Amino acid sequence: MRTCLIVDDSRVIRRVARRILEALDFQVEEASDGAEAMALCRDRLPDAVLLDWNMPVMDGLEFLHALRREPGGERPIVVLCTTRNEPEHIAAALAAGANEYIMKPFDGDIIEAKFAEAGLPFGRTA
Amino acid sequence: MTPSDMEVLAQIVGARSGLVLPPDQAYLAETRLAAVAHAEHLPGVDALLQALRAQPGEALLNAVTDALANSETVFLRDRPVFDLLRDAVLPALAGARPGGAVRVWSAACATGQEPYSLAMLAADLPGVRLDLCASDLSERCLHKAKAGLYTQFEVQRGLPIAQLLRWFEKTEDAWRIRPELRQAVRWRRFNLLHDMAPLGRFDLILCRNVLMYLAPEARRHVLHGLAGRLAPDGVLVLGASEAVCEAPDMFEAAPGGRGLFTLPRKAGLTAPRTGT
Repeated sequence: MRTCLIVDDSRVIRRVARRILEALDFQVEEASDGAEAMALCRDRLPDAVLLDWNMPVMDGLEFLHALRREPGGERPIVVLCTTRNEPEHIAAALAAGANEYIMKPFDGDIIEAKFAEAGLPFGRTA
Repeated sequence: MTPSDMEVLAQIVGARSGLVLPPDQAYLAETRLAAVAHAEHLPGVDALLQALRAQPGEALLNAVTDALANSETVFLRDRPVFDLLRDAVLPALAGARPGGAVRVWSAACATGQEPYSLAMLAADLPGVRLDLCASDLSERCLHKAKAGLYTQFEVQRGLPIAQLLRWFEKTEDAWRIRPELRQAVRWRRFNLLHDMAPLGRFDLILCRNVLMYLAPEARRHVLHGLAGRLAPDGVLVLGASEAVCEAPDMFEAAPGGRGLFTLPRKAGLTAPRTGT
């Protein structure tokens, strides 16, 4: 089963995203900031990361830079998921190695479309 | 909304657009009519229905038809079709034409996502130049299409983020297609039930997810019209689930499937006819 790490400091967002991703057949883990996510990634790299930007301790972009420097860290598909919606933010995330970018608010259709766009098409559970 | 109300509406919409109004969609119709009533400064749906039963003007009939037609669409809808156009259809058509100029008609373009998707695609195809015409019956849809303004939700459906950055500018609360792309499309209000001859000839016609909403007689009429507008080696694209049942002799399925059709025999995708 494919794995996805949800990184967001909002428990509500994590819960909503988890429900969507589990319906798309992902095994989900959660982290509430970049540092926590980094620790989980060093233990085991996920196939995908749904990544918030603004978080305490270590923000999403710092995490992304760090992840891409890890051994094998270029492999996970990373989809930013943030309220930041200025073109320069998007460009910075892509330059840092994000595969796709979701502007909050999102719904299941957007997550599904963006993950497929990033190279993770799925068979939905029936 | 009574069954007799639905009959009145079905008659109006059917006569003006060929669309079939499913009797079981009264709730949806009522929601959409409420918006029309509001825009027309009528107190509510009942007053609107009364006006429609009396002597409705052209503008009101248009507004009602417009509101009851389904205009839901997304950028790059049904991606495999766009892949096929990019990899096979457009290069073949352009290769057989002077200057690589391909005349394209996006018929029933709704809010413009389809023609804009085509324009984005063509920008990356060397040797392909699109002469892009887009039409719809709905004034409201065309207005939005021309403005090229889309909500954050709309630009996240089907559009890769790199394409958003490249082809859109952010406004305060929406995303606007860049002028060079807006200028690449000629917009026209057009009813597919009308005589298509004045539109000229096209090498590629997209008429996707329209026929499925039409009455069989209207479908037959539209398919005949489209056949007459297609160049001998031209390609017609219908929705992935649509067929040419009402005009079986006028088209044949093109290789690759996916709702692509050509005129029978004489010419096809694999052997584009050159010259006139």
